[in-house]
Amino acid sequence: MRDLRRWLLSLSGLAAFVAVWALAVALSSTHVVPSPWRVARGLAELAVTGALFKHTIASLFRVTWGYLLGVLLGVPAGLLLGWSGRAARTFDPFIQLFRPISPLAWIPIAILWFGVGDPPAVFIIFLGSFFPITVASMNAVANVNATHINVARNFGLSSYQLVRRVLLPAVTPDLVVGMRLTLGIAWLVVVAAEMIAVNSGLGFLIIDSRNAGNRYDLVIAGMVMVGLVGLGLDVVMRRVERFDGLRWSYGAANTADAAEGARP
Amino acid sequence: MNPSRRAEAVLLPLLVAAALLLAWHWAVIHTHTRIFPSPEKVARGVRELARRGVLFPYIGASLFRVGSGFLLATLLGVPLGSVMGRYRGAATALNPLVQVLRPISPLAWIPLAIVFFGVTNLSTIFLIFLASFFPIVVSTMNAVRAIPVIYLRAAQNFGFSGLALWARVILPAILPQLLTGLRLALGVAWLVVVAAEMIAVDSGLGYLILDARNAGKRYDLVVAGMLLIGVIGLALDVAMRRVERLRWLRWGFSGR
Amino acid sequence: MSAGAPKPLGRAKVKLAVHGVSMAYPAHDKPIQVLDKIDLDVREGEFVCIVGPSGCGKSTLLNIIGGFVQGTAGEVRIDGEAVTGPDRRRIFVFQERGVLPWLTVAENIGFGLYDLPPAERRARVANYVNLVGLRGFEDAYPQELSGGMKQRVEVARALAVDPDVLYLDEPFGALDSITRLTMRSELLRIWAAEKKTILFVTHDIEESVQLADRVAVMSARPGRIQKIVDVDLPHPRDLSDPRYLAIRDSIFEEIGIAHRV
Ligand SMILES: Nc1ncnc2c1ncn2[C@@H]1O[C@H](COP(=O)(O)OP(=O)(O)OP(=O)(O)O)[C@@H](O)[C@H]1O
Ligand SMILES: [Mg+2]
Repeated sequence: MRDLRRWLLSLSGLAAFVAVWALAVALSSTHVVPSPWRVARGLAELAVTGALFKHTIASLFRVTWGYLLGVLLGVPAGLLLGWSGRAARTFDPFIQLFRPISPLAWIPIAILWFGVGDPPAVFIIFLGSFFPITVASMNAVANVNATHINVARNFGLSSYQLVRRVLLPAVTPDLVVGMRLTLGIAWLVVVAAEMIAVNSGLGFLIIDSRNAGNRYDLVIAGMVMVGLVGLGLDVVMRRVERFDGLRWSYGAANTADAAEGARP
Repeated sequence: MNPSRRAEAVLLPLLVAAALLLAWHWAVIHTHTRIFPSPEKVARGVRELARRGVLFPYIGASLFRVGSGFLLATLLGVPLGSVMGRYRGAATALNPLVQVLRPISPLAWIPLAIVFFGVTNLSTIFLIFLASFFPIVVSTMNAVRAIPVIYLRAAQNFGFSGLALWARVILPAILPQLLTGLRLALGVAWLVVVAAEMIAVDSGLGYLILDARNAGKRYDLVVAGMLLIGVIGLALDVAMRRVERLRWLRWGFSGR
Repeated sequence: MSAGAPKPLGRAKVKLAVHGVSMAYPAHDKPIQVLDKIDLDVREGEFVCIVGPSGCGKSTLLNIIGGFVQGTAGEVRIDGEAVTGPDRRRIFVFQERGVLPWLTVAENIGFGLYDLPPAERRARVANYVNLVGLRGFEDAYPQELSGGMKQRVEVARALAVDPDVLYLDEPFGALDSITRLTMRSELLRIWAAEKKTILFVTHDIEESVQLADRVAVMSARPGRIQKIVDVDLPHPRDLSDPRYLAIRDSIFEEIGIAHRV
């Protein structure tokens, strides 16, 4: 009974949102903004023609490659910068300068360097992932408890052992949170990049549905899909955070969690 | 930082910057590219923009959009996040909605923003609002939830409740985390304004970049615009960090 | 109190010699002098307590002796060799904060045994798990343990590598009084059995008189060694013995506080 009430309550916000939307469309008798039902029909139409699947896969493909590249280069770079004061003093100003350049501002250059199609989009997502994950890795190292490093030195660990047995386990929980928030950014970026630079993917679906015939039902259907996939990616990454090998962080997780939502 | 390190922190980046500029210059000369600009051409581009009188208006337009959208998001997001953090029922009802809307890229709203507000400042402000609102709500909610229960009990014990409790205990308690959350949200807003200006309006630094490319392949202006975006974004970040470090805000839960 | 009867330790060789150690932390205007020319000799197998008011530099001194921090002047020698950094033969027990949260109890205790063959390592770990009474918790993670249990994990981890010197910085400060008493007698038992040299920082004067062969009393900042008090009483100590009370009171007096409330 209690569970049922909770469950209803948890649906109430979404339900109210959809209801207000439907009501507003009905009352204003607009022809531009579609009602929830028309969006649902649009979603079904896209699913039947296979366009939904095709565009979703295209977006996921670009995100996967760009994000993987960003993580593969950004994590080691961030760990190095966090560990070595000199490296940080040398390169931190550049990271701070390039980081606030919207990855989308690179679109002209990406097209110039990589032509059209997937490579420029992957490059833009790489940029959108590289800087956040580098900064998150740097901060993760800075947050390592100094006592734990002292313990390692006391027991005479070699540098390699220190990294493997203390530094890496110590940064893992923060790192995984950073990777989840970065994936969120990558997803944000891919949609925008596809609106400008390519002709497939969910971002393209949205902008194309508008430009070719003002199909706003398909625009919102695309947005819903963007939201669902983004939510799915987030849920998967949270699963990873709960993974047994990372479970030690539960006690300290609050600090990292409090910054979530606010992406790096 | 001791003096030798401070010197290093200035000299080493300068050295790297010089090396990068030289490499860039050298690469442009040796590839005989006509399209990609050399550093000097970019510097001349910045001066040209200033002379044509578009530089400061464009910077102003971008900053105005970010400022209004972000301010609006803060004014609405912090109270909403506080309520959701404090009352379980509110969080249960609203969190699913927030979680579904949040991962929708703010730029995916562009077509709707144009329907609602036309090709005006309002539509970009709306996009900035969306981009910062959800992060602010979520980080406020988490910060409120992380307040040690004893603070709240102590305050209630002294007779605080409602708005007084919020102003005297909850807000000060979350302030350090909130400021960090706001700084990160401002960073996202700055990313988004550039993209929004590329698609939805005809002024601002994002528009400058796309327009410079489309109208005549002026890549010197493209790169100039990018560097300006970087410098201003950096300045915003530094300013927010200064605020975070103000002594009376700084007590923080210095957790670990 | 320095004129106690000659005791066997008096003949043991000096294990650890602190000579003229000073420390100043940089600050905004002028550096803060925290330690001022500390001299201290500790003999092999001796149990020395350092007591002093809060903030007088006890932890700083112990960290310099342990090689984690470089003093601004002076030197520390162990077996005649200058200390340049931390070493596995001398283990520092960081309250319970040094327990690594990503390792289980058994993995924490075996942390320093990386160069032993696995079978031997397991045997050694099992032995020390028993010693500190953590049987059944080998696979627990630190956040599932109480403060006292974590403290015991740290002590066991230190003992497992068989160091000759143990540094303990207020190791029992965070424990409840019952656990604290048990841990004290545990430590004395281990000390008697394994004959370690122990340097123990505390601000609890009773604790220092119960445990130590000698108590070094430090003055408020800048920390100096104000007096070294011999505690020439056999273990186990009778806490109502007039000689015990006299020594305790003399230290209270030295620090300048009445111990009666
Ligand atoms: N890293 C540091 N930077 C600047 N000052 C420091 C630093 N560490 C300690 N101090 C200062 O040095 C003094 C001695 O500190 P220390 O921790 O050694 O004292 P303590 O005797 O161990 O105190 P307690 O009994 O409270 O643990 C203190 O006044 C402290 O403010
Ligand atoms: Mg101390």
